[in-house]
Amino acid sequence: MKRKVLFIPLVVFALLVAAFMFQLHRNMQGDDPDTLESALIGKPVPPFQLPALFDDGQQVTQQVLHTGKPLLLNVWGTWCPTCRAEHEYLRSLAGTGITIIGVNYKDDREKARHWLTTLGNPYAIDLFDANGTLALNIGVYGAPETFLIDGQGIIRYRHVGAMTAEVWRNEFAARWDALTRGGAQ
Amino acid sequence: MSRLAACVLGICLVLPVWAATTDSKPFDSPQQAQTYHDATAVLRCPKCQDISIADSDAMIAADMRNRVYQLVREGKTKQQVVQYMVERYGEFVNYDPPLTPSTLLLWAGPLLCLVAGGIIIAMQGRRRRRRSNPGLSSLEQERLRNLLKTNESGEQK
Repeated sequence: MKRKVLFIPLVVFALLVAAFMFQLHRNMQGDDPDTLESALIGKPVPPFQLPALFDDGQQVTQQVLHTGKPLLLNVWGTWCPTCRAEHEYLRSLAGTGITIIGVNYKDDREKARHWLTTLGNPYAIDLFDANGTLALNIGVYGAPETFLIDGQGIIRYRHVGAMTAEVWRNEFAARWDALTRGGAQ
Repeated sequence: MSRLAACVLGICLVLPVWAATTDSKPFDSPQQAQTYHDATAVLRCPKCQDISIADSDAMIAADMRNRVYQLVREGKTKQQVVQYMVERYGEFVNYDPPLTPSTLLLWAGPLLCLVAGGIIIAMQGRRRRRRSNPGLSSLEQERLRNLLKTNESGEQK
């Protein structure tokens, strides 16, 4: 009896090692423990009214999301190094016919315009969210973040961090295809 | 010299208070100020995770404080403000989560640990008591009787 009790710490230790190894392995696969659940999945993007990045006189509302086709909403800023890193991939995504709406988040309008004119513009529509109003309403807490929105303006998926080929393949591609098929019916 | 040190220390101690008050915003009533203070203390910064938005310097925390300020000025209660943020950022931002089936373990966990610990201590205590007074086996009792008998007969000699 007494002998068996002595093994309890060893068993507890082994269980802890197994638990840590399991989570570390998942982190290696790209599971970021800092990522928050998204409270807005399945809910519509709240109404907004923002100026266009290139034309301060033009106001854009949530109506631009109701196209009947899925689209991506990408939150970015020139102050954000990861946004620079994902920029090329966003351009190639746009090149394959995927509609991306860019939300320039808490940025300098001139810098943002310069960035898009020199690096190329992957966005079909450019919004300028200087105060982070829209961003706060959709639960953005950093940049970049990418939302998958269906043709009715409902948020279907959200990715925090850089968009890469791997992220697209693993997290977005199947959902995008399902929405495109659904929209065609 | 020591007076100078005390002076510097005093300034250092006061600085955080001064820094905190520069952030203060004008309110219509002391109740609104209190609501703002309570709400920002109970909302957790989504970027920095282990700190409330009242204490955080992160950009998102400042934006959230501004939104809380707007909401409070509109006459929203602390509960409504927290609910507003939870709708956008999830239960994660609430440092004071409500008791729901999914948070039951969170609330009951410490109590369960306490009860489990109490049971373990009680069981060990009982076992120790039993061991310290184990009684004699029938063999030992016989030996004791024999010993006492020989002792008695020895004294008679």
